[in-house]
Amino acid sequence: MELPEDLKYTKEHEWVRVDGDVCEIGVTDFAQSELGDIVFVELPEVGATLTADETFGVAESVKTVSDLYSPVSGEVTGINDELMDSPELVNKSPYDDGWMIQVEMSDQSELGNLMSAGEYKKLIGKG
Amino acid sequence: MKSQLQQGHSFIEKDIFSQGSPGRSGIDIPTGGIPSVDPLSILGQDSVRGALEGFPELTEPEVIRHYTRLSQWNYGVDTNLYPLGSCTMKHNPRVNEAVARFPGFANLSPFAPDSSAQGSLRVMSDLAKWLCEITGLDFATLQPAAGAHGEFTGLLMIRAALKQRGNARGKVLLPDSSHGTNPASATLCGYTTQTIKSGPDGKIDLEELGGAMDETVAALMLTNPNTLGIFESQIEEISRIVHEKGGFVYCDGANLNALMGKAKFGDMGVDVCHLNLHKSFSTPHGGGGPGAGPVCVTKELAPFLPTPVVTCNDGKYSLDSDRPQSIGRIHGFTGNFGVLLRAAAYILSMGANGLKEAAEAAVINANYIKARLEKEYHLPYREPCLHEVVLSDKLQNKYDVTTLDIAKGLIDRGFHPPTIYFPLIVKGAMLIEPTETESLETLDEFCEAMIDIAKTAEKDPASLKNAPVTSPRGRLDEATAARNPQLRCTLC
Repeated sequence: MELPEDLKYTKEHEWVRVDGDVCEIGVTDFAQSELGDIVFVELPEVGATLTADETFGVAESVKTVSDLYSPVSGEVTGINDELMDSPELVNKSPYDDGWMIQVEMSDQSELGNLMSAGEYKKLIGKG
Repeated sequence: MKSQLQQGHSFIEKDIFSQGSPGRSGIDIPTGGIPSVDPLSILGQDSVRGALEGFPELTEPEVIRHYTRLSQWNYGVDTNLYPLGSCTMKHNPRVNEAVARFPGFANLSPFAPDSSAQGSLRVMSDLAKWLCEITGLDFATLQPAAGAHGEFTGLLMIRAALKQRGNARGKVLLPDSSHGTNPASATLCGYTTQTIKSGPDGKIDLEELGGAMDETVAALMLTNPNTLGIFESQIEEISRIVHEKGGFVYCDGANLNALMGKAKFGDMGVDVCHLNLHKSFSTPHGGGGPGAGPVCVTKELAPFLPTPVVTCNDGKYSLDSDRPQSIGRIHGFTGNFGVLLRAAAYILSMGANGLKEAAEAAVINANYIKARLEKEYHLPYREPCLHEVVLSDKLQNKYDVTTLDIAKGLIDRGFHPPTIYFPLIVKGAMLIEPTETESLETLDEFCEAMIDIAKTAEKDPASLKNAPVTSPRGRLDEATAARNPQLRCTLC
């Protein structure tokens, strides 16, 4: 189970990669393995406004449909179009090619509510 | 040639487009001495289709054999136990079919005036009355075509009632164990949804509910017993919390089979519920319809019922559409009448005691399965269950065997798998609902198949990974099928 140290994590199994006031968001290796083969990903439009802890999209696997929760508030500045045709990228490369959205954060203090790799590892019972 | 298409009496059937030969047909239509005309010259190019490339041309026996062979691949409640949790796949008594074919019903035109349709109108009026008696509510509409349609109808009525009070409100609360159709119906009705976490006993957490319930909430949608098969024993308190803030309690009646004749939704404080006649009331189900999802409501919501409503004055039945506060029509004519008729026949042939005994047998059967399998399979909730029981694959995970493998293993042992990976709050869930239809022998055979799978998981997990091997098709690649669906028929 891969858990990069430089990312922040949510209890809903999203990860955040921070770069200044912009961040990239996706779902964790644990999430993709629990969901199983992902067959469809629904993402917001570029320009949409997100609120922390509210849903920004949906990941559908052969087993289940799962809401995606935004770890931060802000405006969507980019989405991973590749996932429309190749949702399996989330399974194959959850932290890189399987990224989902890019957000310009409106309140960076929200990052303080997120977990470190170590804390997340404990949450999923692998620590 | 034929030997490659056949294993004993199991036919390996080719699709219909690969069969037949150009120029073959089922029947030859005689000309009858009428001179032929060129349709193009009469109808014009816009109305005449050109030749269809690849249209199958077969004789009548070829067509009959094709579909009969395909039907032999079917698995239904008429062939064996169909333990789909929250689906109540019970036997459809054949007396229902006999009644539905009475010429007085089957040949009645939906355009017939009320005066010529008194018998059918009376069936609808009586059925609505019986459903109100069973649910403890005051009025019913029989029009919705299925459960989710009933949910939408019920929520539209709640919305209309709140709007009349001055504010339609914006939110619907749902427990995290709810059927997926509940949030979908609420969203379609213009509401946002908020999930209420279940407590460790699998029931709605009253504190969570109290914290979420306020004057922005239009309704709480719940299922009782819930999708874990557990009775929400604090339902009166739940209803009180919702009513105190002016909200409505919507009960999804999918699991009525556990309570029929035993407890009434109305007594629990429920304001609206839908019933699935194609589940709880035995009408055929599983082929994608038709179904029927009548909605029962309190007096307060009655003015908003969809039109038309069957009324009775001086023994004369009629359809009343003059209801100014109604949410309007939600189905053509009067709903799926054939389904209503079968449900009415079921209620009449069972009688009040029969319905109660069916609920008891359904609950006993589920608890029997629970007791027989609780050593081999993990029970996520130890609470007594009602008509369905949830198991998980936790004990099998250590051999790398999952719920999907167990489900496929059941196919090789002659059974349809239960509902899997639902409810969502149980990891690797298997939701098993045997219904009252099954005999002790069938329940034992199913339990022995499940126990055999648990043993195989320990000794030979690889064989379960390959299952099923006895069905016409082996393990299907569900991910590729969902990502890149290949549709065979290209004629349209």
